[in-house]
Amino acid sequence: MGSEPETTAPRLEAAVGALLRLGVAAAAAIVLAGAVLYLSEFGSRPLQYHTFRGEPASLTTVPGIVVRAARLDSRGIVQLGLLVLIATPVARVLFSLFVFGAGRDRAYVWVTLTVLAVLLYSLLASHA
Amino acid sequence: MGPGPGRQYDRGRGSPRTAAGRLNIFEFTLLVWLGSLAAGLLGSLTGLGGGIVIVPLLALGFGVDLRYAVGASLVSVIATSSGAAAAYVREGFSNLRVGMFLEIATTLGGLLGAYLAGWIGTGAIAVIFGLALLHSAWLAGRPRHEIEDRGPPDPLATRLRLNGTFPSLDGPRSYQVRAVKTGFTLMFGAGVLSGLLGIGSGALKVLAMDQVMRLPFKVSTTTSNFMIGVTAAAGAGVYLKRGYIDPGLAMPVMLGVLVGALAGSRLLMAARTRVLRRIFSLVVAALAVEMIYKGLTGGI
Repeated sequence: MGSEPETTAPRLEAAVGALLRLGVAAAAAIVLAGAVLYLSEFGSRPLQYHTFRGEPASLTTVPGIVVRAARLDSRGIVQLGLLVLIATPVARVLFSLFVFGAGRDRAYVWVTLTVLAVLLYSLLASHA
Repeated sequence: MGPGPGRQYDRGRGSPRTAAGRLNIFEFTLLVWLGSLAAGLLGSLTGLGGGIVIVPLLALGFGVDLRYAVGASLVSVIATSSGAAAAYVREGFSNLRVGMFLEIATTLGGLLGAYLAGWIGTGAIAVIFGLALLHSAWLAGRPRHEIEDRGPPDPLATRLRLNGTFPSLDGPRSYQVRAVKTGFTLMFGAGVLSGLLGIGSGALKVLAMDQVMRLPFKVSTTTSNFMIGVTAAAGAGVYLKRGYIDPGLAMPVMLGVLVGALAGSRLLMAARTRVLRRIFSLVVAALAVEMIYKGLTGGI
């Protein structure tokens, strides 16, 4: 026991690498598309980042962002790309869950589920 | 909060120095993109990560509110960590069990740190940020020594099956993991700092793994890189809900840091990193002093 902590065969590692690259590339492409739209729309306006005003509710929740992006709203599209980016490490944790599951490593399935629960809580709970 | 939409450029002492008040969104976006590109490039060439200079760049250089700066920075941390990890995983150095086990600590810490960011005043956050920068600058100026340690493993490490092997020139080499509880506690701290300051806190993670838990360099560096993205994701969810992640600001930061970091990893072979590390650590130290000063005098 304990001789192979990775338990991921080279094939699986290649898959993890591909998953991460895909996530980052997709996020960057969506953000870039939103950026072009955003700058063509608002590029000549003055900016206001000196004072913190927060974001409108439609840009702070997963459903709100999806709805705005679907309406091709530029800020919604950028935010959707950032959401894809945030989801990429979550997908990697999910992937590890299958790796540990396939290896019948029950203790680490629980460890991974705990991490996943914290991540999902952060992303989906309404933080007052 | 804050007085309505529009022109709040004059936020006391700090602002007149910053040109950002006269820029339009396009010019601002371009400058932030270029600055983030440079930060990502330097961060990747020096191995210090670009995230730590993004917040001072935005807050001190462009007069951006610290909360927006921290939000944009944390997002860029996820981009570089995942981008770099894609290259690392193939080499087989990272220890998935160690990473996942310690992530319980870093994600919980990240969540707590992100909550704290909403309760602690920006002045105090700036001071803590400055101290983290000083620590980074100090680490960067110091050469790292691998500690050859052949002592017995922590019984807890054996129970958790954390000990492992990594590929070396003469076949797989095995290693033992030490001080699991101390490492776990330090990782919780690294998570809190990540969520509070919007940084990857990779320096602290590597420190915990190679100095305390005595993992080999390559194992701790690659495992830490994997953990940075997951830790940052835990804080990012809270940031998003709190409205810290502004698409207009996070967009050039994320794209800039990502391009810079990718270019940096390509250039890494050719660059003279020792000189670069020294210069970068001086820059980081100077930023640290200004962050602490601004934090104490209420200029941020």
